[in-house]
Amino acid sequence: MLPLIRRAAPTRPARTVLADVVVAVGVLVLLWVFVELAAGTTAPITAGETSSAINTDPANLPYYAGRSMLRMFVALVFSTIFAFAVGIAAARSRRAEKLLVPALDILQSVPILGFLSVTVTFFIGLFPGSTLGLEAASVFAIFTSQAWNMAFAVYQALTTQPRELDEAARMMGLTRWQRFVKVDAPSTVIPLTWNALMSLAGGWFFLSASEAITLANKEYTLPGLGSYVLLATREARMDRVLLAIAVMVLVILAVNTLFARPLTAWAERFRVEEAEADQAPRSVVLDLLRRSRLPRRLAQALRPLGEALDRAGRVLGRTSARWPAPRGRRVAGDTVLGVALLAVLVPGTWWALDYVTTTVGWSEVVHASALGLVTFGRVLIVLALASLVWVPLGVWIGMNPRVTRFAQPVVQVLASFPANFLFPFATALLLATHVSLDWGGIALMSLGAQWYILFNVIAGASAIPTDLREAVVDLGLSPAQRWRYLVLPAVLPAYVTGGLTAAGGAWNASIVAEVADYGDTTLHATGLGAYITAATEAGLYPRIFVGVVVMSAFVVALNRLVWRPLQRWAHTRFAL
Amino acid sequence: MTLVQMTTAVSTGRTIVSVEGVSKEFAVRGGEPLRVLDNINLQLREGEIVALLGKSGSGKSTLLRTIAGLIPPSDGIVRYRDEPLTGSNPGTAVVFQSFALLPWLTVQENVELGLRARGLDPDVRRRRAERVIDLIGLDGFANAYPKELSGGMRQRVGFARALVLEPEALLMDEPFSALDVLTAENLRTELTSLWGSEDFPTRSICLVTHNIEEAVLLADRVVVLGANPGRIKAELTIGLPRPRDRRSAGFQALVDQIYAELTGADPAVQPEATPLNRPLPPASVGGMAGLVELLAARGGKADLPVVAAELTFEVDDLMPLVDAAALLGLLEVADADVYLTAEGLRWASADIPTSKELFARLALRHAPLVRVICRALRRSRNGRLRDSFFRDLLSGGFSDAEANRQLAIAVDWGRYGELFDHDAVDSELVLGDSLVLGDTKEG
Repeated sequence: MLPLIRRAAPTRPARTVLADVVVAVGVLVLLWVFVELAAGTTAPITAGETSSAINTDPANLPYYAGRSMLRMFVALVFSTIFAFAVGIAAARSRRAEKLLVPALDILQSVPILGFLSVTVTFFIGLFPGSTLGLEAASVFAIFTSQAWNMAFAVYQALTTQPRELDEAARMMGLTRWQRFVKVDAPSTVIPLTWNALMSLAGGWFFLSASEAITLANKEYTLPGLGSYVLLATREARMDRVLLAIAVMVLVILAVNTLFARPLTAWAERFRVEEAEADQAPRSVVLDLLRRSRLPRRLAQALRPLGEALDRAGRVLGRTSARWPAPRGRRVAGDTVLGVALLAVLVPGTWWALDYVTTTVGWSEVVHASALGLVTFGRVLIVLALASLVWVPLGVWIGMNPRVTRFAQPVVQVLASFPANFLFPFATALLLATHVSLDWGGIALMSLGAQWYILFNVIAGASAIPTDLREAVVDLGLSPAQRWRYLVLPAVLPAYVTGGLTAAGGAWNASIVAEVADYGDTTLHATGLGAYITAATEAGLYPRIFVGVVVMSAFVVALNRLVWRPLQRWAHTRFAL
Repeated sequence: MTLVQMTTAVSTGRTIVSVEGVSKEFAVRGGEPLRVLDNINLQLREGEIVALLGKSGSGKSTLLRTIAGLIPPSDGIVRYRDEPLTGSNPGTAVVFQSFALLPWLTVQENVELGLRARGLDPDVRRRRAERVIDLIGLDGFANAYPKELSGGMRQRVGFARALVLEPEALLMDEPFSALDVLTAENLRTELTSLWGSEDFPTRSICLVTHNIEEAVLLADRVVVLGANPGRIKAELTIGLPRPRDRRSAGFQALVDQIYAELTGADPAVQPEATPLNRPLPPASVGGMAGLVELLAARGGKADLPVVAAELTFEVDDLMPLVDAAALLGLLEVADADVYLTAEGLRWASADIPTSKELFARLALRHAPLVRVICRALRRSRNGRLRDSFFRDLLSGGFSDAEANRQLAIAVDWGRYGELFDHDAVDSELVLGDSLVLGDTKEG
């Protein structure tokens, strides 16, 4: 019988010399830029004196943009390594799973910006007298905004791996290294890529917030786009802020075309499902790379290295070669682990309680909690306003495929644009109109947070099947009835996801949005975010501690008690 | 049991894998462990093809995975060449139902992967893989990705990947059931001819299937497994010469005999029926109605293999319907024949209200879970109870997935009989208004 081919093999593009040249030049430029930028990261530290290291001369912008980008990518590399290590540990070890999954869950809902002061102090201590400490702190801030989600993506991809794939790996007796390279890493590529790109988009916000930080009345600045905007704002040079915004948009677009799109298009080859994605992502850059012979040559040249690694990987042993230990031994191991955990947690908690009692006292906790309620109020208003505006608009966009195609990339750029770049304009407006930051802070917080709602509502609305839409028209439902019986229920699961993310973003933003500088004036709002910022600037560690813990408690409690149940309910009741 | 020939005469080859007193239990959250295999004794010998045949729930795939050393037995031992297993079995290779190929590797790379695990040099790897790829009829596809291949070609890659390891015993878990009928038949024929050829690199095959004809077509020995928990019900030797003809009288007689074995009542004494020891077969009311009407149209009696063949069903698809209808007393099974009972005949000819009432009466009498739910709802304050209450009760004897399935079956039956309904908004079961509920006595 003749073999049947369902689909012709994808035609491999013709290789051209031109493509080779373009790729070679591209690689060389990339290397040179990297070396130039990396050289600056070990410069002697210039803390204390205000920003002598950087100035707002526009000629510096390309260099600053490069430094900012370098930070982003270094953080991404570390996040990826972390995601693999932790995700695989959680998926493969029952004990690690019990520890890591709740830990990751809490870490990803904690407001990262509150910790900046602690990490900056730590990293400066680690690299005394060098900019590298500040660089590390900035990279770490970005890292903490992406690593947890990415680890979850790996964990989920591995736990939902088809059982027979796992059995095939064990049947063949793969070594652990071979299993990682040939089975596990490829099957996490797609979720990990999408997650990394989402995190990358969100990372710009943390990057620009972490490039300039005042700690204990000393200002630390790193050359970068974020610090440039801060300085330009202080000098009240709106033209320069605008210029920086333009550069930022260019950077985001460049990262999109040169990195994000090729990566998503390349990741498609790791799709396990039969069906291909409706519109498989495509990328000109990836096509160019595929046209060139260089990547293939490189792969060939590296093959012996791969074989050597493969052999070296044998020392790691085979994947699940032995059956798990009998029950008795497992229980004993669990007990040891539990005791060890308690031995860390109990003194830790005791120390924390004691620290608060002996320094600021418990009245400070009550005070911070009251401020937390004020900020919580702002978060609620942000959510309500964003929902009122963006749900109807998002539904309109999502239900018109032509508009969606045009609007989706724009929204993506808007969502990854760091909102703190827009703060100067908003602050100037507040000053001009004499609106207090207590109310204006809401606007600042929503600058970044609102997009998550729009984003998700568009996705939800565009997923409504045409049959259903035609059916409600056919039944003669009025527009109001259509919303009541089709649109709102259909969009709800996506909306709840957007709301959860937006709320998280708003809490984080409150730390930078409740205090605003413009020229020589500084505006203050009443709230937990302002409390943390003030404590950080003054270097009052007990207050920083109380503020961050209270805010984390707020966010974690709200996620656990409100958002997650809501999400579960929406997904079971209204999933299409 | 005169129909069963015991396997004593044939299979004189040396034992490759030996399963000795193996039982397997799976832990169930907050309940008794679920017993899937019960005291299995089985040998795989050189030169024979053994088929493990059973309904779903008979633990046949679990048994295969125990032989492959992919899961440890809870009790008993599995030996490979007299050595007890402590991990995956070095003398076996598995062909999976879903193929389990790595989509990002080419056919060649997929086949080479197991050799790479053994640390062979690239050249040796390539040569051995190429040889098997040719043997299995994949020449010309070495550089294709699995996505580009049809189901049949993909399963060939599955075969090649297993055979390249030159296992002493090839283990196959329903290897043809994800393929269309023609492709499956084609592959079966090729497997038979490979088995007879000189250079076939394996000495024994163990095949899991729910398809009786497939078992008779391929195997030298058919091991029939009973369900809940899985245990060996019978072993039959198939002495037919190869290639085998499905239409021959001997073949048909064996198929009928195995049907009888599969459907035969369990000799074990049944204790009082409870929702835990008498699970509801996964059958919808509509499916049962279809079966009963079909039987009524044939005068109330039919041969199961004939019915199955006519509907182009396999035993696994038809069996839950037959089991459910038998549980409710709508029909009776004797050997490979099914007969409608008086109730079954009445149900087939009743109008809708009458048929609902009759069904309600039968479900209340014969389906333990339906009875328990009705009783509990009647004793509740307002005729409503959270569905999680019943799910918790069921989790004492079933996995979470199975508990959900049992509840879903009961709801389907209860809804049809208007005994109770499920309120999805409040996640509650609500007592229905069937007249049957009024006149049935407690207990």
